[in-house]
Amino acid sequence: MAGVAVSTTINGDNVEYLCQPDETLLDVLRDRLGLTGAKEGCGTGDCGACSIILDDRLVCSCLVLGAEAEGRRIETVEGMAHGDTLHPLQQKFLEHAALQCGICTPGFLIAAKDLLAKNPDPTEEEIRFGLAGNLCRCTGYDKIVRAVQDAANVMKGA
Amino acid sequence: MRYIRPLSMEDAVGQLAGSSGTAAILAGGSDLLVRMKGGFIEPDLILDIKAIDGLSEIRETAEGFNIGAAVSCALMGESAALKGEWPGIVEAAKLIGSKQVQGRCTIVGNLCNASPAADSVPALVAAGARALIAGPGGKRTVPVEAVPTAPGKTSLAKGEIIEAILLDKRPPRSGDAYLRFIPRTEMDIAVVSAGVNLTLDEQGVVKSARVALGAVAPTVLLVEEAAEALIGRKLDEAALERLAKVCSGACRPIDDKRGTVEFRRKVAGVLARRAATTAYARAGGK
Repeated sequence: MAGVAVSTTINGDNVEYLCQPDETLLDVLRDRLGLTGAKEGCGTGDCGACSIILDDRLVCSCLVLGAEAEGRRIETVEGMAHGDTLHPLQQKFLEHAALQCGICTPGFLIAAKDLLAKNPDPTEEEIRFGLAGNLCRCTGYDKIVRAVQDAANVMKGA
Repeated sequence: MRYIRPLSMEDAVGQLAGSSGTAAILAGGSDLLVRMKGGFIEPDLILDIKAIDGLSEIRETAEGFNIGAAVSCALMGESAALKGEWPGIVEAAKLIGSKQVQGRCTIVGNLCNASPAADSVPALVAAGARALIAGPGGKRTVPVEAVPTAPGKTSLAKGEIIEAILLDKRPPRSGDAYLRFIPRTEMDIAVVSAGVNLTLDEQGVVKSARVALGAVAPTVLLVEEAAEALIGRKLDEAALERLAKVCSGACRPIDDKRGTVEFRRKVAGVLARRAATTAYARAGGK
């Protein structure tokens, strides 16, 4: 199989890669580009662990082909912190202990970032609905919701 | 395996018609990639239609709406004009999958995946939506209910691609609604569903009606007798009773772990009744 040459933008950087036509963007990010933040939970779009933002839309990178990223704009969890300064969501996830095993966390962080970008002052219900595409088997979600609420407050004040 | 991203419909149709082996059209990929991952399909050609001009847009035309085949359900939810005219279609499209899936999934994909439980299809059938199909012989338009022929099968010929879903301009006093039953509150596959589309006269009497049921037969059912139960009447108790009875009777459901035949029949009547009540209120009926 001939490779597909792709030129795209990831977290503000121009990136070029070759991938197979049936290779998912998740596999490209993890195995070719070393961006292992996005995780593979189910590989079928059910768990949200591979969430990324593609041209301002939250998507599962396991349901996107690497070839489709040509000319588009990708944001992953690796782009959230600025140097050593964590994004408020990351900081609040730590403070609220909103993670245990951590597999789902990058997906939750990206989904929460997308949620707050579109709705800076969400209700608890809106947060729960907004994050319903992300599964966590450890926390029971409550701490995640509190962390997102707290981060929203910090970000509003900023 | 090849991946191509044609820029025009002519090129896409030509590539598809000239391909040998299995070809798959890629829009949102929320069904295709799952089937590829599961080993159910290994296409020789993946034809990504998202770069084709106009396919990612919702256009309001003199005739109504033209929803491009690559329009995500999330985008449909953001269109105030579409939501205003066809709230039932939008609520059906918005029920598909999580936010992550919403950002990718399309109603044309939902239609072509040909699942009897597809959420957007009963709403589209009730709306009298048409599919604009481009193919080697030119373009043709068919009612959406003519596209799926059996679970997983469509009437599309080799080289044909659905370019858009067309919705007619609404007469005044029209409303539509879609409801489904699932055992959870969110993100599940319909066990039974119902779409209803009504137009009323100035007195609130139903002038025209279309009723469609999902997940109770191999394909979505357009139940003409159910529409007849409503036409020429206000939405009184007798009309609703008759609607529910006809809908329950029209079902040809399977028995499986998500619902028995008896349950599906009963719920089809209940949902049709509730959807009709909502559609009637949306049309301004009292």
